[in-house]
Amino acid sequence: MMIGVSDSTFFSALWQGAETIIILLAVVIASALLIWLERRLLGLWQDRYGPNRVGPFGLLQVVADMIKIFFKEDWIPPFADKAVFIIAPAVIMLTTLLTFAVVPFTETIDVVNLNIGLLFVLAMSSLGVYAVILGGWSSDNKYAMLGGLRTAAQMISYEVFMGLALLGVVMLAGSFNLHTIVESQAGLWNVLTQFPSFVIFLIAGCAEIHRAPFDLPEAEQELTAGFHTEYSGMKFGMFFVGEYAGIVLISSLITVLFFGGWLGPVLPGIVWFLIKTMFFIIFFVLLRAATFRPRYDQLMSFGWKVLLPIALANIALTAAAVVATS
Amino acid sequence: MLSVLRTIWMVLLHSFRKRDTVLYPEVKPYLPPRYRGRIVLTRDPDGAERCVACNLCSVACPVDCISVIKGEDETGRWYPDTFQINFSRCIYCGFCEEACPTYAIQLTPDFEMGEFDRQKMVYEKSDLTISGVGKRPGYNYYRVAGMAVGGKDKGEAVSESEPVDIKTLLP
Ligand code: SF4
Ligand code: SF4
Repeated sequence: MMIGVSDSTFFSALWQGAETIIILLAVVIASALLIWLERRLLGLWQDRYGPNRVGPFGLLQVVADMIKIFFKEDWIPPFADKAVFIIAPAVIMLTTLLTFAVVPFTETIDVVNLNIGLLFVLAMSSLGVYAVILGGWSSDNKYAMLGGLRTAAQMISYEVFMGLALLGVVMLAGSFNLHTIVESQAGLWNVLTQFPSFVIFLIAGCAEIHRAPFDLPEAEQELTAGFHTEYSGMKFGMFFVGEYAGIVLISSLITVLFFGGWLGPVLPGIVWFLIKTMFFIIFFVLLRAATFRPRYDQLMSFGWKVLLPIALANIALTAAAVVATS
Repeated sequence: MLSVLRTIWMVLLHSFRKRDTVLYPEVKPYLPPRYRGRIVLTRDPDGAERCVACNLCSVACPVDCISVIKGEDETGRWYPDTFQINFSRCIYCGFCEEACPTYAIQLTPDFEMGEFDRQKMVYEKSDLTISGVGKRPGYNYYRVAGMAVGGKDKGEAVSESEPVDIKTLLP
């Protein structure tokens, strides 16, 4: 009997490990393919084609780019702070991928079912900022430095209302557990009851992953490439893939928090999850194609003077509604 | 804020627009006849070389990529012994074509000249010379110019009057 028990724990541990690796690979491959998807979609919306030569529909472009980037000289500037310079790109991958650990893809497919899931997400997203600040600072390059500074400015303007916006969702579900949050939306998706916080989270999420219109830290036009100006080779690739993993992450979080995660009729849960996530990924690309970049003081005043009051009002109203209905 | 939403919507509508890109190797773009591409050396309507090795093209060229060495045949007519154009330097400005008094050098609507070996971009006279008249049909420099060459003396060109005897006052 002892053997039986240890056998089953062994197999469940094995299954858990395999599941983790599958999710990890899926996320990384999806992020790499996103590079292709984004270029094709931007092409579509700018009346051109984008990469369409390598492989079917240009799909192998990513592979070609990867091969190229692996063979690039991995140059560390002599004036850089070496250790920090090397760690920074790893941090962004690490925090983004770690966050995926708590994302429930379906009822059963996830890495851990953490009861403080949402807190973990917020903690990791705050840590992710370090990657950019440290990368910018250790490069010892004024463009990179400015990029890092802007990240700091951006972070203090969106992190607050990002957390506050999510409080409404937490109140409705009565839990920080992402599974519970999804299940609480069985009747009505949060996007309907928590529309302001959905909009705020969308904006904050965009800022979180440094996507246009909030790509202030990299701002090609003004800062060459901002915080990763000095990065080359696979270190640059890490920042790049990290950014796309961030898009997948924020899209899946929006799906989980506001659009009922895997819930949906007829089709299996994972399909619903993927459809919803894909919708937001495409929306992020559309945002990039259509919007302009604000100055960072504009972003800060927008965050503190507009979004923060809205988030607070939303919390108050939600609290009142929760008290009234309970 | 509304204008941002409007922009997003309008960009989304671009999904249904026709794409502007010309898929080049499959679809060849239309090049007008006066497009400035690969340079050729043409012949006059009689089939003889037009170039008289005057070097005007070489002088006019802003990047100095034409090299001409003069030759002379037994009748005294000049022709280029060598005529080289280094196409890896040529900027296809067309100045050589404008400078040429004989319409010998002409630019054509062809740009597909890619090579892996830079040395192959240097075109010799045999690579440049074509058999036709190019863009200037019916023009033969020696039939209209007042030059004396073999088989044609002064005053014998088309619509040229007899040379004036400058040593007499009589009309
Ligand atoms: S086109 Fe311009 S650059 Fe080219 S050979 Fe003629 S004069 Fe020189
Ligand atoms: S191509 Fe024209 S300009 Fe050049 S040397 Fe010959 S005749 Fe003179």
